[in-house]
Amino acid sequence: MIGFWRKIYSKYDNVKAYTLLSPALILVILAMVVPMALMLSFSMFTQVSMMEIDYTFTFQRYIDFFQKNLLVTLLIKSIKISFLVTLITLITAYPVCYYIAFYVKKNKMLWLVLLTLPFWTSYLLRVFSWKIILGTKGVINSSLINAGILSEPLTFLMYSETAVVITLTHAWAAFALLPLYVSLEKIDFSLIEAGRDLGLSRFEVFWKITFPLSLPGVIGAILIIFIPTVGDYVTPALLGGIDGRMLSNMIQAYFGKINNIPMGAASATIMLTTVVLITIIVSNVTKRLTQRLT
Amino acid sequence: MNNSFIEINNISKHFEDVKAVNDVSFEIKEGEFFSLLGPSGCGKTTLLRLLAGFEYPTSGNLLIDGTDITALPPDKRPTNMVFQNYAIFPHLNVEKNIQFGLRKLGLSNDEIDKRVKGVLSLVKLEGYEERFSNQLSGGQRQRVALARALVRQPKVLLLDEPLGALDKKLRDEMQLELRTLQKNIGITFVFVTHDQQEAISMSDRVAVMNDGKIQQLSEPNELYKNPENIFVSDFIGETNFLKAETKSSDGEFINVSIEGLGEFKIKNNLNIAANSSDVVCSVRPESMMIAKVKSDWDICLDAKICQTSYLGEMTRFYVEAKGIDKIITVSSQHFDNQSFENNECFISMSLEDISLLNKK
Repeated sequence: MIGFWRKIYSKYDNVKAYTLLSPALILVILAMVVPMALMLSFSMFTQVSMMEIDYTFTFQRYIDFFQKNLLVTLLIKSIKISFLVTLITLITAYPVCYYIAFYVKKNKMLWLVLLTLPFWTSYLLRVFSWKIILGTKGVINSSLINAGILSEPLTFLMYSETAVVITLTHAWAAFALLPLYVSLEKIDFSLIEAGRDLGLSRFEVFWKITFPLSLPGVIGAILIIFIPTVGDYVTPALLGGIDGRMLSNMIQAYFGKINNIPMGAASATIMLTTVVLITIIVSNVTKRLTQRLT
Repeated sequence: MNNSFIEINNISKHFEDVKAVNDVSFEIKEGEFFSLLGPSGCGKTTLLRLLAGFEYPTSGNLLIDGTDITALPPDKRPTNMVFQNYAIFPHLNVEKNIQFGLRKLGLSNDEIDKRVKGVLSLVKLEGYEERFSNQLSGGQRQRVALARALVRQPKVLLLDEPLGALDKKLRDEMQLELRTLQKNIGITFVFVTHDQQEAISMSDRVAVMNDGKIQQLSEPNELYKNPENIFVSDFIGETNFLKAETKSSDGEFINVSIEGLGEFKIKNNLNIAANSSDVVCSVRPESMMIAKVKSDWDICLDAKICQTSYLGEMTRFYVEAKGIDKIITVSSQHFDNQSFENNECFISMSLEDISLLNKK
């Protein structure tokens, strides 16, 4: 038996390679390919009754999706919320990373660890802490009322789109910090000095050298935040109220209390496709934009 | 040519407790190829960065062509720099890299094109316009960095060890080329290097630095022949140090007793104090003669060869001489490692080749 494999291995290099890859390959197939295939195929079935599914192939679920205003609106809202979260995270995380990469001389690692410190607690705990901060009797409202600035609590803070955006921004900030930091840290500081030496102001150097060179990190951060936040359903469920509901809450409902698995699968597939398309467009546009900048 | 173009007045730069540049003053002339030479950490790069505007001095002031530039940011200074690692923008091609510094000069497109073409031919990089930094060799990158700085026609070009990353042969070529280029365009070059051979072969004048101070500032041959202190003597070329003690002095000459050699009357160029044991004598390996027979030079010693190393154009002999407890290095173009039997030899030197230096 061993002799047989030895012969095979010595003859065919690719057999050896595939054998070495097999643990990872099996994992990818089981955890990625199979679920995807299941989701795709379920999206083409029909839910007949509570327990019964008709397994004939149809694209009707996709047509249904676009005929239901609510679903399309929720899809757009999901994208809008994620877009806002991504933008705010980038705008706030970039200066922090810039500072650590270029101005902190000692203990850079310590700074990064401290920045990620809030993320050592569970996601759910953090969502609930935001509830305490943003609620009608929360930290913000009660202190503003006690200080006499407000007579009525601010209602848009809680159970709203604002609450979802704030919470998601905070929840995903750490994931933006790392790719941004790495891409900025990699920039040779002498390139920035060279820019200044060649007659550009600090501001011009930033837009023509630093920013274009940090672009891989920016795109990385965009993808890392945008993709998971589009599909997040915990935060909108706990803090979103009616106003802050997202498509993912609807998908969850389809698989849960509504019990229309094919419709849920179709919605999920549409969302997945949209996200993929958006990420492709975003990274291309960003690249083009910076080419024009320089 | 005698007017000072760059004036460095009492410049100090402290980084926390470290005095990187410590109260340095000197002048550089217009059109000069000036080198700052010293071991790493001597403050030469800091001084260059002070000139470029990347650092600001703790005290003192800097003038270029009569204008005080001490407080000016780098983009407002009439200087441009060739960086040690070239700092070529990786997201721009060669042409865009070179154009980069021209945007703010308010030139017409025709003028920009003309200048870029001109400088590309100057550094012999025509046809490389579309390449990116990672598609260029070390030597080509160096040329791009040079072109990018020169295209702005600065009053002063600052070069931070630009040849350090090149291999020996390319470095020798570039040395010659840089020198020719500088003579042709007439821009003042301030060149930082730790390579004494490079500094000596290229420069009009060299400032040797150590511990944030200028040790000696003179023309290359002066530096080699008449080092002013033990650091310069040791750093420039090779030398043998011999223990010595000064006796009486009559102004121009001084009596010196040198270990193993006896007492001699030699020229006292550096005004070294009489009756001091804080002195040392230095003799270059190539100013000594190694021979099979006794010579009639001022000093001739019985010696034994311990080791030889053959270098092609010459051979270096490590010899033990009677009365000197240190191995002496002698180099010879005439003899090689097979010339001596039984390792017996004579080494000779003449008094004018012995220089007397203060230990501190």
